[in-house]
Amino acid sequence: MRYAMAIDTKKCVGCSDCVVACQTENNVPIGYCRDWVVEVTDGTYPQLELEIRSERCNHCSNAPCVRCCPTGASHYAEGGIVLVTANKCIGCGACIASCPYDARFPHPDGHVDKCTYCNHRLLEGLKPACVSVCPTKCMYFGDLDDPNSEVSRIIKKRKWKTLIPEAGTSPELYFLI
Amino acid sequence: MREEIIVSGRMNHLIDPYLQIWHWPIPFYLFVGGLAAGILFFAALMTIRGKEEQYTAATRYAPFIVPFLLVLGLGALFIDLNHKPYFWRLYTTLRLESPMSWGAWTLMVVTPLSIIWCAINIRYIFPKWQWPYEWLKNLDAFFVKHKMTIAWVMIISSTILGIYTGILFSAFNARPLWNTSILGPLFLASGLSAGAAVIAFMGKTHLEKTTFAKIDLLIIGIELFLIIHLFMGFLASSQVQIEAASLFLGGEYTAPFWIFVVFLGMVVPAILDFLELRGYPIPTVLPMILVLFGSITFRFIIAFAGQASRYLY
Repeated sequence: MRYAMAIDTKKCVGCSDCVVACQTENNVPIGYCRDWVVEVTDGTYPQLELEIRSERCNHCSNAPCVRCCPTGASHYAEGGIVLVTANKCIGCGACIASCPYDARFPHPDGHVDKCTYCNHRLLEGLKPACVSVCPTKCMYFGDLDDPNSEVSRIIKKRKWKTLIPEAGTSPELYFLI
Repeated sequence: MREEIIVSGRMNHLIDPYLQIWHWPIPFYLFVGGLAAGILFFAALMTIRGKEEQYTAATRYAPFIVPFLLVLGLGALFIDLNHKPYFWRLYTTLRLESPMSWGAWTLMVVTPLSIIWCAINIRYIFPKWQWPYEWLKNLDAFFVKHKMTIAWVMIISSTILGIYTGILFSAFNARPLWNTSILGPLFLASGLSAGAAVIAFMGKTHLEKTTFAKIDLLIIGIELFLIIHLFMGFLASSQVQIEAASLFLGGEYTAPFWIFVVFLGMVVPAILDFLELRGYPIPTVLPMILVLFGSITFRFIIAFAGQASRYLY
């Protein structure tokens, strides 16, 4: 099993519902966020292109954060989800420095925190909170190893990109373009 | 033109607007680690070469600073941790892929070694020293008998410690300024230079002072050579590394790096070492202070500038 998420940049309107849903579902401390929305404007007026992306941890299959963790707190869970075991984390910050997406942050309790793809919801057969609330239904989540999953089919059908592929992290967060 | 903004708002503490996860404790820890590595390296080198009697500051006196340096460094590392009650987790795992794990275990070897080295040399500091218990006397005799083996382990472990102070940064490809293999040898050279400068200052004889002034001069030359290669590598690399180098070539770290690290921390002490070797009466405290100042500033600048450098997407 290989969990992945695909986000349609043509359908995303940047409403930030995904951000609020994540903060509520995961009890993210006030002032912090595990996902965020980026707006990229490219070109020179009047030839401008706009891309809106809902970003989060890329759950890389070659994750530098897992590699550099001195205690094994950062690890791959079932389906390749990158998680942090709070009571193994010493809060050294190495994983934070190693993430090219700046997707991790130090939780006020001391351990490192990040997107979990709502692992607790997946275990109950639910989709991640951000995916389930998206009003434009621009997010697709599922098992990439299953050719019939929603995410496999949309990735086969549409053009996509990943962020900073040159960093060699093999991200599992796809942006449909 | 390309403009990228976070529209949902993101101001994660220590992450935004730019990474500041590592404050003063990490560069301080790397500085004292490098200095400790430098002193232990020369203590072991002179012992292995059978020059203990000629170079007493290197082999017998300077190593007494090392355990204090390492304790200070470990204290700084502890202060830096955000989840302090779980500190012990570092020593329940050995992760070969993690430089932080390597560093923790290397310190676990080097710190007791430095204490053993001090114990077997303590009679040179306190001539009337007597170990209180018989088993301590036997242990001391055992270590004295195996001094050469300890010196070999120490020269290898101190080299690993010196290189590790740079590898800790260079292993992160997310930070383009750090992501260069030159940082390992460069930080090792910086630590050795600091160690040599301290030994030259503590040297009891003219021979020891001039030998370590020569060694310091040679290492500073190597450091300058490595710095040139560092920037050549950056400028011949990808856009992110060109932009990382620009922090030092016109960017906000230009003046502190070239004035404090290169000029005051390397060029001036090299000139002072050279003048001392030509017979001018230069107090060895001057190059030592400048080298130590350059060495610590270098680590602070690399730590902070590295966190300011990032990938653009």
